[in-house]
Amino acid sequence: MNDTRFDYYAAKKQAHEHAEHDHGHDDHAPVNEHDNGPPSEYELMSRAMQEILEAKGVVTAEQVRRRMEQFEEDFPFRGSRVVARAWVDPEFRKRLLADGRAACAEMGVQLESERLIAVENTPEVHNVIVCTLCSCYPRALLGVPPTWYKSRNYRSRVVFEPRAVLKEFGTALPDDVTVRVHDSNADMRYVVIPMRPAGTEGWSEEKLAELLTRDTLVGVTASRVR
Amino acid sequence: MMASGQSSASGPAFQSSYTPAPEHRFNVGDRVRVKASFPPGHRRTPYYIRGKVGEIERICGTFRNPEELAYGFDGGPGKVLYRVRFAQRHVWPEYRGPARDIIEMEIYEHWLEPVKGDA
Repeated sequence: MNDTRFDYYAAKKQAHEHAEHDHGHDDHAPVNEHDNGPPSEYELMSRAMQEILEAKGVVTAEQVRRRMEQFEEDFPFRGSRVVARAWVDPEFRKRLLADGRAACAEMGVQLESERLIAVENTPEVHNVIVCTLCSCYPRALLGVPPTWYKSRNYRSRVVFEPRAVLKEFGTALPDDVTVRVHDSNADMRYVVIPMRPAGTEGWSEEKLAELLTRDTLVGVTASRVR
Repeated sequence: MMASGQSSASGPAFQSSYTPAPEHRFNVGDRVRVKASFPPGHRRTPYYIRGKVGEIERICGTFRNPEELAYGFDGGPGKVLYRVRFAQRHVWPEYRGPARDIIEMEIYEHWLEPVKGDA
């Protein structure tokens, strides 16, 4: 291998050298826990396979890069449109709660999952979504999941100390609000319908959709008028 | 990174493997215990919930069995999937939030056993 981009041993050695001098490196990408430590066996296998396929002329690095870029385009964030409709149309809201997949299809959003369960936040109940086993996420609705959603920290902690985790996201909940955690551990996918903020009466669906950010639909924060 | 297993969501050709579950052992509101069983292999039942008692929240339908699908089999016969609700203080004896807090997840029928009385 003559391309050091894929030389993990060189990269590791470099990281070690960095550790020995004490100036900061602000140009590094944000720390991702998957990048700590040596590459996993699967990562090495995947890299080795790519190198073989490149050497044989089957794929190019450019094609691989393009496909990764494409993932984001395959799964744009469309959840805000669907939930904004539920805010303004009580009948649509009922249909979304009864069969999320069918309601999304009405709006032209074809989900990749079998079933979508929509859960409503109310003054009494706050819902939050996690997948402890991996990182199941309704990609066709919410796009590519954020790094924190896939992190071990979020996945392990939000199930047993959801209030502490929510507080770290700026969402402090009083004790008289039930925290309802959903572990998306098998075939269902989930979306939270946040509470519609006061002061948004008469707003258009498009304007309301702007309040429905990705994180509000995962349930780590509330919709707010900014 | 290439092996994400995620197919494209575009196009209406998606074949749903979901079928309703006319035959189901448990009903909404039934108290159930997740089996405290630790077999090897691909399981969608989180470790932390094994042995815990909860209540059926809804019946999700019949799905291909992920324990078979994971190894390239067709996933048949289908298994009934439930959502089960648990009290956080029961799941985590050291849980610090109020008693009203709950956690829900999806459990396949063969992982559940009935609970009689106040067990």
